[in-house]
Amino acid sequence: MTGFFLTTYSQDGEFDMTQCLLEGNEAIARAAVSAGCRFFAGYPITPATSISNTMLKLLPPLGGTCIQGEDEIASIGYCLGASMAGLKVMTATSGPGLSLYSENLSFAIGSEIPIVIINVQRLGPSTGSATRGADGDIQFMQWGNSGGLPVIVLAPVDVKDCFVLTMHAFDLAEEYRCPVFVASNKEIGLTRESIDLDTIEKPEIVTRAAPPEREPFLPFGIPPGRMVPDFLPIGGETLVRQTSSTHGPNGYITVDPNKIGGTRQRLKDKLISNVGRFSYYEEFRKEGADTLLITYGVTTRAARDLLHDQKSGTKPFSLLALKTLWPIPKALIREKAREVKRVVVVEMNLGQYVREVKRILLDKEVDFFGQMDGKLITPGQIKEVIDHV
Amino acid sequence: MSSLLNTARPPAFCPGCAHESVANVIDKCFGNMGLKGNQIAVVSDIGCGGLFDTFFHTHAFHGLHGRALTYATGLKMARPELEVVVIMGDGGLGIGGAHLLSACRRNLSLSLFILNNFNFGMTGGQYSSTTPSEAQVGSGFLNNLERPLDVCQVAAGAGAPFVIRRSGTDKNLAEDMERAIRFDGFSVMDIWGICPGRYQKKNKLTPRGIDEALATLPPAEGPVKENIRKEYGQAYRETASSQKASSEPLGIGKSFDPPEPGRREVVILGSAGQRIVTAGEILCLAGLTAGLKATQKNEYDITVLRGASNAEVILSSEEIGFTGIERPSVIAALGQNGVGRRRKLFESVDRDTLVLQADGIEVPETNATVRRIDFEGQGIKSPDWALASISLLANLNRVISPEMLKSALETRFKGQSLISSLELLDRVEMNNPT
Repeated sequence: MTGFFLTTYSQDGEFDMTQCLLEGNEAIARAAVSAGCRFFAGYPITPATSISNTMLKLLPPLGGTCIQGEDEIASIGYCLGASMAGLKVMTATSGPGLSLYSENLSFAIGSEIPIVIINVQRLGPSTGSATRGADGDIQFMQWGNSGGLPVIVLAPVDVKDCFVLTMHAFDLAEEYRCPVFVASNKEIGLTRESIDLDTIEKPEIVTRAAPPEREPFLPFGIPPGRMVPDFLPIGGETLVRQTSSTHGPNGYITVDPNKIGGTRQRLKDKLISNVGRFSYYEEFRKEGADTLLITYGVTTRAARDLLHDQKSGTKPFSLLALKTLWPIPKALIREKAREVKRVVVVEMNLGQYVREVKRILLDKEVDFFGQMDGKLITPGQIKEVIDHV
Repeated sequence: MSSLLNTARPPAFCPGCAHESVANVIDKCFGNMGLKGNQIAVVSDIGCGGLFDTFFHTHAFHGLHGRALTYATGLKMARPELEVVVIMGDGGLGIGGAHLLSACRRNLSLSLFILNNFNFGMTGGQYSSTTPSEAQVGSGFLNNLERPLDVCQVAAGAGAPFVIRRSGTDKNLAEDMERAIRFDGFSVMDIWGICPGRYQKKNKLTPRGIDEALATLPPAEGPVKENIRKEYGQAYRETASSQKASSEPLGIGKSFDPPEPGRREVVILGSAGQRIVTAGEILCLAGLTAGLKATQKNEYDITVLRGASNAEVILSSEEIGFTGIERPSVIAALGQNGVGRRRKLFESVDRDTLVLQADGIEVPETNATVRRIDFEGQGIKSPDWALASISLLANLNRVISPEMLKSALETRFKGQSLISSLELLDRVEMNNPT
């Protein structure tokens, strides 16, 4: 079992550093460029628009492309075209736009097109509240595709995570050739925060694998010992086929049940079996605590405060803040919950991820608190849930 | 002449289908142009026209119904040297209408060949956006109630600089296709043809009938003079290369000590146009000059210059977790809209909280220490009240010090704005306590 700490909680009050002010959305845009993103297309939507705005400042001077689509369908379509031409691509939206991404999201899953999708969640359903936060799309991001195959969803807590996780998102999209979501929230994307950019440990940059010289190139051929096809760009020397239809290794439609079934299984397995390699989280373990609090996203900030508040009088608890939500890091969750009797899940919706936690931890008592009123969940509210037996 | 036809996967359309002959004409056009397969990307979507990407030894991209132009746009922006040929049917035309309009307006050098056979062949002959009202198709009476679309007029109206309408049997079709592909900009070809499997069942359409129908329409013969302009990709690259590189975010080091320890929360409640968000940002920058951690959340309506505008700033010597504010150190009440949104906040605070209340603004009953400010009497206009309020805090050494604020103002403003803001810091006063 491996895992990764993304941030460490600074306990001392000394900050001998140079800080700047960044909102989460701007951090995401800057991280994308750092990761090598050279193509962005998006459609204006609160609270994600400032990602487009920042990309428009950053990309053109670098020779990259930032365009505004006529709608969200076009925006993600542009990205899929550019990705198949070999560029690292990103788009950004919120719930109503994510709804329109669905058909092309399914395409990117089934036809293994790398793309990073930023979802700055706002309170739904539907147009909902443009300027109120929520984590209401947690199941939607995973299941909002036809075919029901896995995607990767990473969830930042703060500006620093916005930066680091976006870079990871590009690496994962390249390595696994799949859509990778960054599940932000209005409360992170539009919150300005001090950050020392020098302290960010940038992940190593991964680029989709090119095939060794061999003939003929099969656009969906799987090299021995691998689970992901090699990539050559459309427009290069070698002819490349891409198709949204059910295809064999050569990129032409297949009716062979073995090929069809084998590919669908591989599309699932390539992510599910590897999630241990990218199960990002942060953890604060309290010795002897019989309760484990599980959070993600901006709610983790309230949980951290409660955990570090010596005067709160809260029952001792440990905290597991998940930063990889999908595929579900089952092994991680089981390991971290092993020694506790009770697990409490708190999220900014009416109960989405808790469904997964409950079915993974059948032998634990799992309690839930959720809120969907446009307000942040407070440390005091979490304390009530933890103390309530 | 060389052929790019994929002989292993020949067109397999219904006997007599116009698509099959058009596929051969496209191949002839590629041959006439001397193009190699890797110089071309064929982009297709759904329907019988969606099979075209498999007929040629070229790069190929097959995607969702009506979206072919979007994928083609991404490909062409990334690979300007590639000839991108988009094949759509009249079905894709209808569902992808927004993309067509956008492509016409943008003028990226894509070649769109619309295989127009007046119905959805693949799903049983339902009516499409080009089905004649009088035709009998698989949609009962529905098409009788709607008018068909002339895509050439629409495309020209939307700004396409090259629009051409032809029968699929036209003897010069390959030459016209070549003109379309060579055209430096977005080109649209509306290619009419017969669908023997579906449309022809109840509608007797012949090549001659197509020619006669074409003759009744306004001509679409290629370049549209009034729409001729620079190709989008080239214009984009030229404009982009003259853009100034974006600067890195400004880093601010610790120069001062904060006047108060621990976590301090400030809520500024106002109205749009009062520069509430800017004042919040300056407060954060001031915090940075003392090495503090800072967060700022804003609440505003979608409308500009109307409605509430609130900023919530936290400055802390420790890492900031929860970014909400429940017991602020300071509330600045500067606009009735903003105060209205946060009435409960006033009830929850005690005398340790300082409320800066602008004259003319009503606040709810509160146990906080309230100080009133006559901004207007001091000649301070509403857009400066928020800045004046944080200036008052600095002068009181609450949350920030005057040095911290001065340094932040020097970071944020230049020229006259800086002079005015520093002058504001010097002169703003609270009313005498009553």
